[in-house]
Amino acid sequence: MHAEILLSFAMLSALVLYSLLGGADYGAGFLDLTCSGPRKEQQRAVIARAIQPVWETNHVWLILVVVLMFSGFPAAFSAIGARLPGLLLLVLLGIILRGSAFVFRAYFAGDAQTQLYWGRVFSISSSLTPFFLGIVIGAISNGSEAVNASRPASWLRVAWLQFFPLSVGLLSLSLFAYLAATYLAVEASDRELQDDFRWRALISGGVSVLAAILTYLLAGSSAPGIREGLASSTLSGAAELGAVFAAYFAFRNLILRRYRQARVAAAAQVGLIVIGWAGAQFPYLLRPDLTVFNSAAPANVLWDLLMACGAGGLVLFPSLYLLFRVFKGRRETTSGMEST
Amino acid sequence: MNNLLTARSLMGLTLAFHIIFAAVGVSLPLMMTVAEWRWLKTNDPAYLLLAKRWAKGTAILFAVGAVSGTVLSFELGLLWPRFMEHAGAVIGMPFSLEGFAFFTEAIFLGIYLYGWDRVPGSMHLASGAIVAISGASSAVFVTFANAWMNTPTGFDLVQGRFVNIRPFAAMLSPAAAPEALHMVLAAYTAAGFAAAGIHGWLLLRRGRNRFDEVAIAIALSIGGVAVLAQSVSGDALGRMVGTYQPMKLASLEGQFHTEKGAPLRIGGLPYPDKRETKYALKIPHGLSLLASHRMNSIVEGLDQEPQADWPNVRMVHISFQIMVGCGSLLSVFTLVAAWLAWKRRPLTIHKTFLKTLVLLSPLGFLALEAGWMVTELGRQPWVIYKIMRTSEAVTSTAQLDVTFFALTGVYFVLGITVIWLLSRHVIQSPKQQELEAS
Repeated sequence: MHAEILLSFAMLSALVLYSLLGGADYGAGFLDLTCSGPRKEQQRAVIARAIQPVWETNHVWLILVVVLMFSGFPAAFSAIGARLPGLLLLVLLGIILRGSAFVFRAYFAGDAQTQLYWGRVFSISSSLTPFFLGIVIGAISNGSEAVNASRPASWLRVAWLQFFPLSVGLLSLSLFAYLAATYLAVEASDRELQDDFRWRALISGGVSVLAAILTYLLAGSSAPGIREGLASSTLSGAAELGAVFAAYFAFRNLILRRYRQARVAAAAQVGLIVIGWAGAQFPYLLRPDLTVFNSAAPANVLWDLLMACGAGGLVLFPSLYLLFRVFKGRRETTSGMEST
Repeated sequence: MNNLLTARSLMGLTLAFHIIFAAVGVSLPLMMTVAEWRWLKTNDPAYLLLAKRWAKGTAILFAVGAVSGTVLSFELGLLWPRFMEHAGAVIGMPFSLEGFAFFTEAIFLGIYLYGWDRVPGSMHLASGAIVAISGASSAVFVTFANAWMNTPTGFDLVQGRFVNIRPFAAMLSPAAAPEALHMVLAAYTAAGFAAAGIHGWLLLRRGRNRFDEVAIAIALSIGGVAVLAQSVSGDALGRMVGTYQPMKLASLEGQFHTEKGAPLRIGGLPYPDKRETKYALKIPHGLSLLASHRMNSIVEGLDQEPQADWPNVRMVHISFQIMVGCGSLLSVFTLVAAWLAWKRRPLTIHKTFLKTLVLLSPLGFLALEAGWMVTELGRQPWVIYKIMRTSEAVTSTAQLDVTFFALTGVYFVLGITVIWLLSRHVIQSPKQQELEAS
């Protein structure tokens, strides 16, 4: 097995987990913006309680993707930095504002107006960040002039402002909102609150299906490489087919109010979509020119990194299991229900 | 501004900001864990309240540190693409390991902060200890990467390219151990004295109370032990710099001429064009003694290098004097405090003691920032010492100043908000019912 392929598999795993966990935190922030009606404050409380103990951990998956990329595929990492600087700056501003505004709101001890203001900053930045992250994915996938190396780069250049990357941004945001709403339906304490999130899951899930179709259609003219990859890669084909089935089960279970099953199906759906994209993008990291092969560090470095990932994983996964058992276990969500 | 200056300013600003939060992320978890451990031992509610207060501080500062650290990991590629392209493979190892250490820190901090009544007491205490250990490990790994930039090893350079890369050898470069130890101790010193100072100020304001007294006892013990250990670690680091980066040592000491039995200069202002350091208090043979532990060893001066390759000698020398000066004052204060404590005199009844503590308490952070300036400015004009110039590593992307102003503005607002929030939370007087309830 090539070390390049193994390391890109490790990065893909981290990206999938980031989407399922970190993505849902962004989605929950977006849903915070939609809290309304008589149960507005309760909805906000469910969201805050759900993400509070885990969002920092979930955020580290992104850091892991970044460090593995710059250690294992340094040429691709520096090229993405050099070709999409303005876009990455927007992602960074979103990350800074989301994280800080969330703790500022949680630990605020002043007047209610300012606390509301931080809450607004939190939810708006939670919505914009996955949108921009989606645009990054779109821009590195379509290989068009958005990332053309021969053009002089500028922080103000917005060549990524095209329909295809934008539709990937919309797809990411709607998928994350859908995931979050499905997770929150499990964690909500009573039937009315569960229904609030159920509706939001169905609507954002519906939007994500439309965004997925739009993205696929736009790929025909804007990202032919991805379109071709989706058709020719067995992995992609299987993953996208699986995603369709998972979506069916997720919707069905949401409608039947079987939230735990819906949560598993929705997570499978989103994970498979990311895997399907990766299969179509492979072996490229940055289209049109940088692949996991031509941008990789020497093989011995990659093997050492893989070893570090293995050793790190031995500590990481048991700890993660403990974290989610303590805060997301069946007993905990039910007892949380009774105490509130 | 040109790109090099803008990129350096931006990197400097974001690091100067991040280093404060990172240092607190290393040391505050240790302090809160010690407080909780004392509570379990003594059942004294003041300790529990303290652990909870410090945990709140950790929660706010860790979150801001986590996001400002993310900015830095992206900035490596955004501002220094040529550096990352060539060096990414060599220094990726400590960054990757830091990723896992950071994971552990975030996971157990989540359990610590929100798991008070969800996990058993011993597991809660253990979570705090794991946060403290993994926080210190994160700092060690990141400093390893910086150490490699100072003493690059673990590769062969063939026609300007790094080949035959050995990631673990690169991670454990000669500067790695002394620099990492110095950094971790600096974090304990800075946050220990800052916390002790805050509680000293509160004690002066609201009179003697158990809460502030135990806070000072814990914070000052940690800060004091660290600052005394710092003199040993500083000595080891100084000799390492003397061996591997003699020009850096020369500029931080203001040593322009190669000299046998060189004096140690305390204070003074270097005049690079005149090639001399004026107004310094000179201790004969002092520098030779420190650099190699021999009276008459030869210390290389800046005259060994063309002036174009000197760092900003004046800034480096002044930063170094500030760092050493702050460290010395804090060490003297610690020794006096230890002597008073040994004489069994309750420290906190001395108003003068408390006032001095408050006055000296910011010096740990001042030393931390100054020391970081020493190591970064002292390495210039190189980003990888003697291998790659900072000017060769910088991005050529236009309109970099837009980014500079955007991030500066955001960091400014964040800084103000964090200070305001902390002043609300940590400083607030403990209410009687809070003490009784806990």
